[in-house]
Formats: sequence, C-alpha cells, structure tokens
Amino acid sequence: MSDGTSGAPGNPKSAYFLSHADEEVERRTLAVLVDNEPGVLARVVGLFSGRGYNIDSLTVAEVDASQHRSRITIVTQGTPHILEQIEAQLLRIVPVGEVIDITKSKRGIERELALIKVAGTGEVRVEALRIAEIFRARVIDTTNESFIFELTGASDKISQFIDLMRPLGLVEVSRTGVLSIKRGKEQG
Amino acid sequence: MTTATKTKTRAANPAPTEPRIMTGAEIVIEALREQGVDALFGYPGGAVLPIYDALFSAPDISHILVRHEQGAGHAAEGYARSTGKCGVALVTSGPGATNMVTPITDAMMDSIPMVVLCGQVPTHLIGTDAFQECDTVGITRTCSKHNYLVTDVNDLARVMHEAFLIATSGRPGPVVIDIPKDVQFATGTYIGKDGIHKSTYKPQTQPHADAVAAVVDLIMTSSSPVFYTGGGVINSGPRASKLLRELQAVTGIPVTSTLMGLGAFPASHPDWLGMLGMHGSYEANHAMHDCDLMICVGARFDDRVTGRVDAFSPNSKKVHIDIDASSINKIVRVDVPVVGDCAATLEAILKELAKRKGKRPDLSAWKKQITAWRDRNCFAYKNSDTVIKPQYAVQRLYELTKDRETYISTEVGQHQMWAAQFYHFEEPNRWMTSGGLGTMGYGLPAAVGIQVAHPGALVIDIAGEASIQMVMQEFSTAVQHRLPVKVFIMNNEWMGMVRQWQELLHGERYSHSYSESIPDFVKLAEALGGHGIRCDNPAELDGKIKEMIAHDGPVLFDCRVEKAENCLPMIPSGSAHNEMILGEITGNEVSDAGKKLV
Repeated sequence: MSDGTSGAPGNPKSAYFLSHADEEVERRTLAVLVDNEPGVLARVVGLFSGRGYNIDSLTVAEVDASQHRSRITIVTQGTPHILEQIEAQLLRIVPVGEVIDITKSKRGIERELALIKVAGTGEVRVEALRIAEIFRARVIDTTNESFIFELTGASDKISQFIDLMRPLGLVEVSRTGVLSIKRGKEQG
Repeated sequence: MTTATKTKTRAANPAPTEPRIMTGAEIVIEALREQGVDALFGYPGGAVLPIYDALFSAPDISHILVRHEQGAGHAAEGYARSTGKCGVALVTSGPGATNMVTPITDAMMDSIPMVVLCGQVPTHLIGTDAFQECDTVGITRTCSKHNYLVTDVNDLARVMHEAFLIATSGRPGPVVIDIPKDVQFATGTYIGKDGIHKSTYKPQTQPHADAVAAVVDLIMTSSSPVFYTGGGVINSGPRASKLLRELQAVTGIPVTSTLMGLGAFPASHPDWLGMLGMHGSYEANHAMHDCDLMICVGARFDDRVTGRVDAFSPNSKKVHIDIDASSINKIVRVDVPVVGDCAATLEAILKELAKRKGKRPDLSAWKKQITAWRDRNCFAYKNSDTVIKPQYAVQRLYELTKDRETYISTEVGQHQMWAAQFYHFEEPNRWMTSGGLGTMGYGLPAAVGIQVAHPGALVIDIAGEASIQMVMQEFSTAVQHRLPVKVFIMNNEWMGMVRQWQELLHGERYSHSYSESIPDFVKLAEALGGHGIRCDNPAELDGKIKEMIAHDGPVLFDCRVEKAENCLPMIPSGSAHNEMILGEITGNEVSDAGKKLV
C-alpha cells in the first residue's frame, strides 16, 4: 500500500487506515469444524495459501462419523486485523460450520504428540533415557543402538525435549501438530 | 380445465412420497425444470452427451448453443444479472471446463448467481489423465463459491438443488457441479427441492437491532452524510433499490455508487452524485472525501473506489452494510459494521428512523458544497465537428435509446468508463459490466444472455475494437438464435486504457497497445449473417444509431472515434479522492510509489 510518499503533501492521514505495519503479530490456535466432504481440507488450506496467510501447524481428523464432522486445528500467525479476516474468510467456505478461536477464549488446552528416534550407545544412551523419564516420554521401540520415544504435551515442551536429544544422537522427529479443546463442560 | 391438461399436470407433479427413478441425465434436466430454469447456455462434448440427449426431449428448456464455452459463461452471467435469476451453463469435460474458468471467476468477483454443469470422464477413468480429463473441482475450487464432484447418482438431485440454493442465497456466486459420464447414465432416485438445506451454510440476512440503532444514531447527528452503494443493492433484488430510494427520500442524503451498483438509484435524481472512484465524478469523490458520515450499502471498498487508502475519507464515521462479514474491515476500518441483506437492513433502518423524534441537522450547507463541486462540470470535453468524440457517441446513444426498454452491457476499458459516465440508468438490472475481474470479452456474450431473458428489449453492448475481438465469435450465436443484439464498437484503433496508462506512467512509450489489422467490421458482420454499419462523421451519427435500433437483427456498429482521447476525470494510482486529474494528462501526475500500483 502507500509508503507515505505518494499523493500531495499535507493531506491528513485517515484515522481508519488499516496500517498493518505497526500491529503486533500474534499466534492463534483455531479449531475449524467442517462437514467431512471431499475437498474440504483443500478448501481450507487453499484459502490460506491463496490469501497469503501463514499456517504453523495443521491437524485434521473426523471426530463424529455419524454427523460426518471433522475438526481441523490450525495454528496461524498474523496481526489482529489479519486474524479477524482469517476467521471471516473461513466462515465463507460452505462446508465450514464453525470456527473456534481457542487462544482468544483463554480456556484452551493444546497438546501435541511426537515420535522421536534417538541412536547411540554408552553414556549418551543412558542420558537420553534419563531425560525421557523426566519428560515422561514412553519408549515404544528399542534396539541395542536406538530408542523411539513417544511424547505428549504442549508444543514448547516437545521442542525442549527435542533440543535436549540433539547432542544425544537425535535421528528423526515426527510430530502431529497441535490439537486443542476448550476447558469446561460446554461444547465449542 | 380439460382432462388432458389435468393428466399432464399430475404427471409433472407426482406426490412427494412417490419415488421417482430416472437416469442421472434425466435427474439434471428434472432438477433444472423444478428450479424454474427456462434457458441454459452451453456447448456439447463427449463427457456431457447423455445430458444433451435428455435435453433433446425437453423442449421447455431452451438451449443456446454458443461458439466457445467462455461465451456460455458470460451469457449465463448476463442472463442472471438482468433478471436476478440464476444463470446456468452446461459444458463438457477438460477444455470445456477450463474455458469456463474466466466466467466462473468473473461471477465470483461480481457476486453473480450461476450454476455451471460440467461433464467429466467416467469415474473409473478419473485420475488416469484420460482424454479430455482435467481436475475440474481442483481448478475451480478457489474461483467458485462452492463446487461438487458427484460420484453417486443418488446424490445428484440433492447436489443440483443445493447448488441453486448456494448460488442464489447469501452473497451470490457461481457453483460448479462436475458430473462423470457414468453417473449421467446410471439410474437413481430423484428428490425435489423442498427441504434441501446445508447445515453448515447459514448466511446472515437479518441485521442486529443494535447495529441498526447505531446507524440511525449517526444519521440523526450527521450534517454531511453520503450513501456509498454497490452491487449488493442490485443483488439483493429490486426491493432493495426501492427501499434505498425511500430511505434517501426520508433523509435527503446524497447518493453515489460503484460501477456495479449503477441503476439502484435513479441518475435523474437531484441528489445523485454519479459514480465514484478512479473515473468517477468530481462531486462524488469529493463528497466521499469530505463527508462526516459514510453509509456503505453492499459495496466492498475496492481499490478502484478508495484510491489511496491512508487518505480515504479522513473525517467520517463509517457504516458498512454487507451480507458477507469478510468484506467488513477488510480494506477500511468501519465504525458500525452491519452484517445483513441490503433490503432487510434498509427496511430496518427506515423503521428505526420513523421511531425517532427530534430534528436532524440541516443538510443545506452540505448540498451547497456539492453543487459547487458539481459546477466544476468534471465530465466536460471539447466536442468536434469533424471527428466523433467517444463521450459524444455515448451521449447520443443514451439520448436515442433512453425512452426504450434498454439493457447495456460493456467490455472492459475506456469505453466501459465512458459508458458508466455518460449512459444514465434509472432502474436496477439494466447495466451489465465486468467490474471486479475486468474481463475484456464479457460484453457480447453477456448481451446474448440478456437478449434471451428479454426478447423484446433493446440490448446494446458498448464495446471497444480491442475488447470485441476477444470473444467476437458469439456474434454468430446471436445470428443463429435470432437475438437482435447491437454491438456499438467505439473504434479508436488503440487498446485505449492501456494507451492512456502508458501515456500517464510510461512516458508515452506505446508498447504493443496499437490495434493492428483491425477487421472490416461491416464486412465481418455481413460474413457472419448480421448487419454492419460504419460511422465516422458526427453529423451522421444520430441517423446511423437510429438505423441500428431499427434493424431487426444483430448489428455490428463500427463507430470511428477520436483516437487519442483520454478517459477523465481520473484519480491516478496512489492518490486520494481529492487529487483528481480533471483537464489534461501532463505525465507528472503519478508518484514513483503510485506507478508500482495497478
């Protein structure tokens, strides 16, 4: 948009101009409830790429087979204006029934699952196992030279665990992306 | 009622409990019939032959055979825009579908209700790169309001009715249904449209009472208000235009409109400001810039309207009425957002206003200011005895056709803007133009669609010699179907708007914007079976326009106009509403930052 050099000098700047430059970028977790019909994930993802929005993480699965409902959890970033647009644009998609802003609700629980392969022998192998116990990671596969850990928790906890494994023979990581739900007895 | 007709009526309307088994192709035709479709625009091909076969025994649905699928799409748009009904196009798989992408996108941008039926290769061939296969739902996903691939014939009737519901309700738009050939042949159950709904699709049509009250609060205290109306008023139906006129009569607020909204408010009204935006009137743009209250009804703050956004109407409170919540606060932050249908909201505002007592501020100082702006006479141009000025051509066309039932379509470019400036509309649905997408080639096929919907009306495509050559083959469609459309070509031998921007922005370096090898339009019209007229003398213009109107058949009118005329006034890119170019382009109007904009 305008860089402030265009137009005649001395014109008053509109108080309503949506200047995105000085707005803080925020991180949001959105739960998108959709009809589980062919192409619905492509519609949601296509909206993000087509309009230039970010996706930090994405998870999707059917959650109610009788109603053909799927839940898509998207972690995104943007200025408050962009985040407002994202929600409104998502609701324009015909099979999107509901968009829940988990972050804004302040009552959200967010969890992620990771499978982490670590290889090594001797002291580093013992150290990896010791740290895994602290993080309550489960060993789901083991050989004489490797472990696969299963870890569930908040994303930053998982990232922290991965960082600790790095010098201890980290081989490979697989993460689900964020799942979320709101606290309390109500739905949505 | 005779016995014969009774039997016929019963056959057409069996009891809802009676299961009706038919082929997929027959389901398509039956659903079109139940949706009240009387015309569809299409082109046959391998993957859609079963539907064409069913159409063979459906004389109640007229099929307009086009020359190119793009023409079918724009014709369906013209039909829809001029009637308020849903336009329908029928095309084959592969190239048939890809040729429809432009009209589908056009209808999406301008919110035109349209259902596009595409044939697809049989389900067992999908994904094998079969002959004339393409991923139609993938390609049209982002340019349609919704789309379907029907893989089970028993879903087909529901999908057909759902598509019409989605295309015509909420913010209207195009819906694509991709139907594999084996599904067209398969036998399944037909269900009627009653009770069809989609649980996740619930457009909000009724405005919140609080928002309506807030709008009226602002109207009660504003001393320089303006209505900024758009295509949403037209899409909402004729009642919205009527309510806008009522609300204007009660409040006295002056009205401007976007390109898409022309006709919702009568151009002959003293409080009409003319179109706003890049080539809008001086008075409309200045009123927008200086108002203290802007009431936007069914418009979307397009960049062609706002100009430089950070200097857009700096001192006004802003109200935005729109059925699409995502349009609100997208470009410009508003004070009172109102999500709702235009007609429903205007009605609620009128009711709330009637309850209020107390005196509203006097608008006479504001109107006096508007008169001063209007007196600048921003559309003035220097006329000539020897050469036809394009503005003069549109003026004469308007004067000689305004007392008839006339529908105008346009292509895209200078001629489109001159048409918007100099042709005046009193009623909605009389003006069909490609606003959002700006599709050159829209006007002639749109005119075909309009003429199908209004057989007795005068339908004129105001065109340029460059635009008309994009989808020119549809003249042959008009000849075949005896549609007496008039194509009024303002021939200046240039892609005029490109030339104007090159003059303004690129130091008069006219790169590839000259129309070389223009066909002889008179001979071309004759070769295609129509009538051709040429005029290059201002003194003969009226007579030849009358000849065009009087001719009972399609006409190509080659109106030779001034070659290097610029379309003014103009807000150059990156400038504010009060920085219009009025007289002449000097080449120094646009800053470096502005040159980077479109």
